[in-house]
Parts: sequence; structure tokens; C-alpha cells
Amino acid sequence: MTAGGDTQSGQPLGDDPPLVEIEGLSRRFDVSSAWLNRIVRRESRRILTAVDDVSFRMVRGETYALVGESGSGKSTIAKMIVGLLAPSDGVVRVAGTDPANASGEALAAFRRRVQMIFQDPYASLNPRWRVLDIVGEPMRVFALAKGRVEVERRVGALLEQVGLSAADAAKYPHEFSGGQRQRVGIARALASEPELIVCDEPTSALDVSVQAQVLNLMRDLQRELGLTYLFITHDLSVVRYMADTIGVLYLGRLVESAPRETLFTEPAHPYTRMLLDAAPRLDGFGREHAIDGGEVPDPIRPPSGCHYHPRCVYRVDGCDERYPPVRPIGARTVRCFEAERVLSGTRDV
Amino acid sequence: MSDPPLLEVEELIVEIPTRRGTLRPVDGVSFTIGRGEILGVVGESGAGKSITGAAIIGLLERPIRIGGGRVTLGGTRLDTLGEPELRRVRGARIGTIFQDPSTSLNPLKRVGDQLAETALAHLDISRGEARDRALRALVDVGIPAAAERLDAWPHEFSGGMRQRVVIALALIGEPELVIADEPTTALDVSVQAQILALLRRLCTERGVGVMLVTHDMGVIAETTDRVAVLYAGRVAEVGPTRRVLTEALHPYTRGLMGSTPDASPERDARERLAQIPGSMPGLTALPPGCAFHPRCPEAMTRCATDRPHPAVRGDTRVWCWLHPPDEPPAERRP
Repeated sequence: MTAGGDTQSGQPLGDDPPLVEIEGLSRRFDVSSAWLNRIVRRESRRILTAVDDVSFRMVRGETYALVGESGSGKSTIAKMIVGLLAPSDGVVRVAGTDPANASGEALAAFRRRVQMIFQDPYASLNPRWRVLDIVGEPMRVFALAKGRVEVERRVGALLEQVGLSAADAAKYPHEFSGGQRQRVGIARALASEPELIVCDEPTSALDVSVQAQVLNLMRDLQRELGLTYLFITHDLSVVRYMADTIGVLYLGRLVESAPRETLFTEPAHPYTRMLLDAAPRLDGFGREHAIDGGEVPDPIRPPSGCHYHPRCVYRVDGCDERYPPVRPIGARTVRCFEAERVLSGTRDV
Repeated sequence: MSDPPLLEVEELIVEIPTRRGTLRPVDGVSFTIGRGEILGVVGESGAGKSITGAAIIGLLERPIRIGGGRVTLGGTRLDTLGEPELRRVRGARIGTIFQDPSTSLNPLKRVGDQLAETALAHLDISRGEARDRALRALVDVGIPAAAERLDAWPHEFSGGMRQRVVIALALIGEPELVIADEPTTALDVSVQAQILALLRRLCTERGVGVMLVTHDMGVIAETTDRVAVLYAGRVAEVGPTRRVLTEALHPYTRGLMGSTPDASPERDARERLAQIPGSMPGLTALPPGCAFHPRCPEAMTRCATDRPHPAVRGDTRVWCWLHPPDEPPAERRP
């Protein structure tokens, strides 16, 4: 899906097989009330389709960002990719392994290769464990280090690599600031020597100056270790800084997927255009936004046809009836009947 | 500015007495807000921006208290008012908008009733007139089918619509000043732009001054007329937004701008984000002199021992020894 060129880390994008292949991924949740309550209230079953037929690929060494607002399904996709949740339909494949259908050695290998960094630095570290044990656990579990001495040495090296000191291994999480805890989380993710790291809003809870430190660290590590990142966020400015390829999600559907510059300068989906226009800019003094006049609707009862149609300024007859298929246009793919018209419209910079 | 300012905050100090001494989350903060003007108060967590807002409205929880300075609203001193008078000022002259609509909206009362009651409490009008104003308030903030929505409960509104109701509630008493603390932080970005535009339009139309507290520099750039940058309970600089953001005088402001990623297509995505080493000190570990000096790339000897005095540079007021005052700090004020 990427149109040649380099990744953010400066590595050339080759013709290697993709590291991650997501095909037709869907996930539904039954959010009905309890059976008796439904009978008494004469309610029907309610199914929430959190993820609906999402497909994309990730090349080794790149950062693929999944962008979406509330109800977009991005966190659900993240959980399916790391194997914390099984898909309702479709397939996840990381280096050829499908976590929903793997077991034994293949599953263990998968768990070592795929790690996660979480949003809340205060909830993602066990407060009763020292950093040594938090970061050392993956090493012990995957037999990457044996014995106390070797684990201590490796943990110390990892802590230095993420900008902390080896002596921090003896401390507990509460002794660190939010940004430092996030560094511990990164060290833990690196402990299993992974290939893919799924980052779920890793800097959303951090102050701007700390966020800059953590993002730069992540970029440096990617370059040094050849890591691949799936970066999940709602923040377009962070996406601009970190991503090589971007997938835009709306109510569980991937509406557009494109290389970074293409997405930011020539978005083909009306929702992407609206999102880019709405994002506040540091040089946007007195800027007027294009009026959208709408909010993300209830994901349990999404609009018919193309979910975005009630808010869409490019809407035509049929948008409320048919679900747009995926179409390639240039270096991107997009789900919109009117994408050509969107592209030819003037873009306000 | 030719008109006298609507709100004047002078050397405000907020104190928290603890067993180990008195902490000062706000330590000598000064700024003004004019009628119809939006002042952004920006800073990272712990900078003291929310507490400053709480101090102005008189919502500090004991034992937190104002420890010095003055807060004046249209000629009335607020910091010396007792609780009953403060309550009157709060609804009638100052409206508030918080990040979480559920702290402003009573879940057990219909929206129309809450609006009407607030109007009745602060304006000399009849019940019927209050109901009319409630309806108009909902229309003004863009609630579709407002007449039917008057009898709806808060939970029946979506997040963005709820925040619009909160804005309506803040403005219905016809306040002179609105304090908005992170009003859009919990909302999706597409809704954020709408809410900020609404706030801006309503307040400039009605000549209401706004204090907009946020950590988001993009919001500051697009929504505010002037901005005060806070660091560790002190002001780094305050001035016209465009000037402060593009030609910052204080090294902290410059560092903050350089480390903020930007979605604008103009920005080169490969350019490395600047980093300010270290992090903002906690209240118990404030360094002597200028609070920023340990992290400052341009720190001088004096910065480690003396707190900077404010200096005026054009429309901007800055607290930094790189810009020493030419005269005693008391008189002029932008």
C-alpha cells in the first residue's frame, strides 16, 4: 500500500512480504439486555458491530497509524491483532501466524513477536512489582535470559536504552512520573525482542513536552531495532509525526488508507477531509473551519449504506443504500462513491 | 487597550498549608481579560491553570486558599468576598464550563428546567419569560428541535450536545465573564472545532470575556486573542496569541512550541520534535530563582537565585531575565 520511498526511520521499503496482513476483519459484540428484561420490555437483540470488514497490510519496519474518533473500532482492532480478542470474521496474520487459530509453540512464538504499549501509564504497570520484575518477566517467560544475574544485566541495558538508568530497576512504578512510566512500558515491550509493537494511544495521557521525548524515543528505537509499529491514536498531529501509512476508521469501517503525505495533502474520503480540517493547527490563527454540523452517531444503530452519509457534503442518491466497496485510487484505497469529486474539490490549506 | 479590563488578576497567590510547610500552586500570577476577549491560559499539568480559575470563581476547597494578590471583576474585588456574595457573583456575573458536562448538569433534572431555574435565579424575570429564554438558549447553541429538547434529560444528549447545553447554562444568566476549563478535551476532534467556534461567536457577540484554560496549543492558536503561558504556578509570558506563539520571548514558550507536533500540511513531518530535558518540578521541589532555570538552554547565573521581575515588551509581558524590566514592575500592564 505504500508508494515506495523511505519509512520515518529512514529504512527503504522493500518488496518483502508484509509482516502483518489483516483481511476482512470484523468483530461484533452482543450488547442486548438480559433475556427476561428483553421480554418484559419487548426489546430486540442489539448487536454492536465494532469492526466491519477491515483489510490492510503492514510492511516490516514501517509505522502504520490507525486513526479514528470514538466508536471507530481502533482499540478493538488492536486487541484482535495481539490476540487478546478473537475476530467474528476475517483473519489476522503476523509473520504468517494467525493468533486466533494458533496453539502451543506457534502461539508462544507469536506472543514473543507481538507486544503492546498502553495508553494509561498509571494502570498498565503492576504497582506491586519492581521495575526489574516488570521488565524482566517477558525475558523469563520466553527463556531469553536465565538466572538473576543475566536478567538484571539485560533489564539494566534496556532501561538505559529507553532513557532511564539501570538503577531504576530496583524501584516501584509509583516512584516515577507518567512519562517515565511510559518508558518502563516501552522497555517491557522490548524485553521479548518483538518485531511488531501495537501502541494504543501511547502518549495521549502525557504532557506535550514529555510526549515529544517519548515519540522521539520510539522513532530512535524503531531505527535501531528495525521495529514495526501499529500506532493507534485520535491525534492527527502525532500521526503526522510518526506514521508512514495511515488508515482512517469511521464506525468500524476503514474508509481510507494512504501514505502519509498523500493523506494529508490529498484526502479522498469526505470524512478524512473533515477530520483534517477540524484538527487545530499551530498556525491556524483565526481560522474558520468548514462546518460539519454533526457528531459520530451511536455505533449500535449506525446509519444505513455508507455510515458517513448523514454528515457528508458530497452525498448523492444511493449513499444511504449501498455500502461503498474498497477502490484503489493512486497510492491509496478508499470507500466512497464520490472519491473522484472529493479529490478534485479545492483543498483549503 | 483603551477600555478598562473586565477582569484583573494581580500577583495572585494560592496556598495549601501542609504539615511540612505551605505549598504555592499559584505564586504571583498576573493577567487581564477585556470585554469580548478570549484569553487562553495554557500550561502542562501542574502548572496551576485550573487552580487559578477556581480561585477567581472562589471555588477553592479548604484548606486551599488565596494567600495574596487581588482579583477584580468590573471594579468589584472578588478575593475578599464572603461565600453568600460569591455565590451571587458566580451565577450572575461569571459563568463556568468544565471539561466534564456531568459536573455542570444535574442528571435528575430536565434540561429546560435547569436552564429556566438558572435564569430565574439571576435575572429579574417571570417564570414564563425564563422558559422562553431557556428555549432561546438551546437554539443559540445549535440544539436541533430545541422545543422538544427542553424536556429532555441530560443523558439523552450526546457528548457534544451536552457540552452545548453546558454553554447555554453558563451564558443564560448573562454573565460578564466565562471561565472554561478544558471545555473540549473530552470531545472528538470534529466536535471540538464546532464547540470552540460556538463559544467564540457567542462570547464576542455578547461582549463576554472568556478565560479558556487548556493544554492544547492548537486550540490556543485558533481560538484565543491573547494567551498566558503558565509554568509551575507562575506566568512565563502573556500577550497577543499570534505574537506569543510565533515570536515567543520566554525560552519555555519556545520549547513548548518546538515540542508540539502539528497536523498542518505545511510542517515537515521529518523534522525532529524539539525536547525540553527533564520535567516540570512538583510543588515540593521548586528550585530557587526562576522555576524553569534547570531546564533552560539560556539560563544565566542570576536565574538560579532571583525570581524574574515582569517586563513589558510591546503588547507582551514577560517574566524572564533575558528580558529585564527597564522600570519598577508596578505600573504598566498590557
